[in-house]
Amino acid sequence: MAGSHHISRRDFIKLATLTVGGAIGAAIGVPSIFYLVDPALEAGGKDAWIPLGPLENFEIGKPTLVTFVRTKVNGWEKTSNSYGVFVLRKSEEDVTVISNRCTHLSCRVNWNEEKQTYICPCHDATFSLDGEVLGGPPPRPLDRYEGEALKIEEGVVSIFFTEG
Amino acid sequence: MWKKLWKNIFAWFDERLGLNDLYKATLDRPEPKGNWWNTLGSASLFLFVLQGLTGIFLTVYYTPSPDHAYDSIQYIMTGVEFGWLIRGIHHWGASLMVMVVFIHMLRVFVTASYKYPRELTWLIGVGLLLVTLGMGFTGYLLPWNQKAFWATTVGTAIAGSVPWVGEFILKALRGGTDLNALTLSRFFSAHIWILPVMLAGLIGVHLFLIIKHGESAFPEKED
Repeated sequence: MAGSHHISRRDFIKLATLTVGGAIGAAIGVPSIFYLVDPALEAGGKDAWIPLGPLENFEIGKPTLVTFVRTKVNGWEKTSNSYGVFVLRKSEEDVTVISNRCTHLSCRVNWNEEKQTYICPCHDATFSLDGEVLGGPPPRPLDRYEGEALKIEEGVVSIFFTEG
Repeated sequence: MWKKLWKNIFAWFDERLGLNDLYKATLDRPEPKGNWWNTLGSASLFLFVLQGLTGIFLTVYYTPSPDHAYDSIQYIMTGVEFGWLIRGIHHWGASLMVMVVFIHMLRVFVTASYKYPRELTWLIGVGLLLVTLGMGFTGYLLPWNQKAFWATTVGTAIAGSVPWVGEFILKALRGGTDLNALTLSRFFSAHIWILPVMLAGLIGVHLFLIIKHGESAFPEKED
């Protein structure tokens, strides 16, 4: 009956089209966003104790590079990532473990025996034997494995390593 | 005050783009008396857009190489959030699109809507049907499973049975004498670039002709 409704037939059709269209759009649109950003939602950072070797492997006073490989499943493919740490044995039982990853942009630093510094090949950053910044752009010292993240058991040095 | 501002902004664009004319020509054009059979063209267009969008989303994870195609789809189905939904829509939408396009053709035939002055619309429609089937054929190989592999082996072998030029066609389709990595990548290329571009172009002309001629009225009893 004309006049008894507050909404015209034309407006009702418009509203119904918008509502149904919006619902369908949302039902596909919202999952699509989750689909696209899925890798960012994955829980990352597997961790594990990594044995670096027996104490006698490490010469006192000279940093020794130890590398290890961690595999990780990305999507449907397994990838191997190589990591490195410098083990510095200051005395018999006093061990410092320093990551070789530059704190500036993640290049791998090298130990220079002559200059007694770690040198980053990317931007010539230099770090002291203890990993303190001597020069260049890095914002903080090299990462250290110490306290809870370092243990020496039965003469074997291990670090607690977290990926990411 | 805001209303006036919007009105002015709209008027500025309208003057330069002719938005009102566009709206009238596409969405506010006169139609013959409503009939659900007349909506199949719009349904085909909707499915084309839906397949396009879900297809673009699928390429985010899918990898067209024999080493990775199958695994990447397994990953989409089980590893990616809502991957099953996106691929499900693309999978079922493909069959639905072939059906809807085909029924659309039947309706145009039965109501004799292909007659003067709409012969060109019909011919382009035939092209659209063929390209749609091509989309189905090339898309079928991409999961690179047993069904896909053998369906494509058989399908290309049929194309290879053409006299004289059959072997050439077969090799051109497969990118070699047998199905191989080249087959997968050229089917992928056809599926996401060559055929969709053809579809989009033909749809453009098809729509232009429909807007130009208007829709044909349903034949009466006396016709």
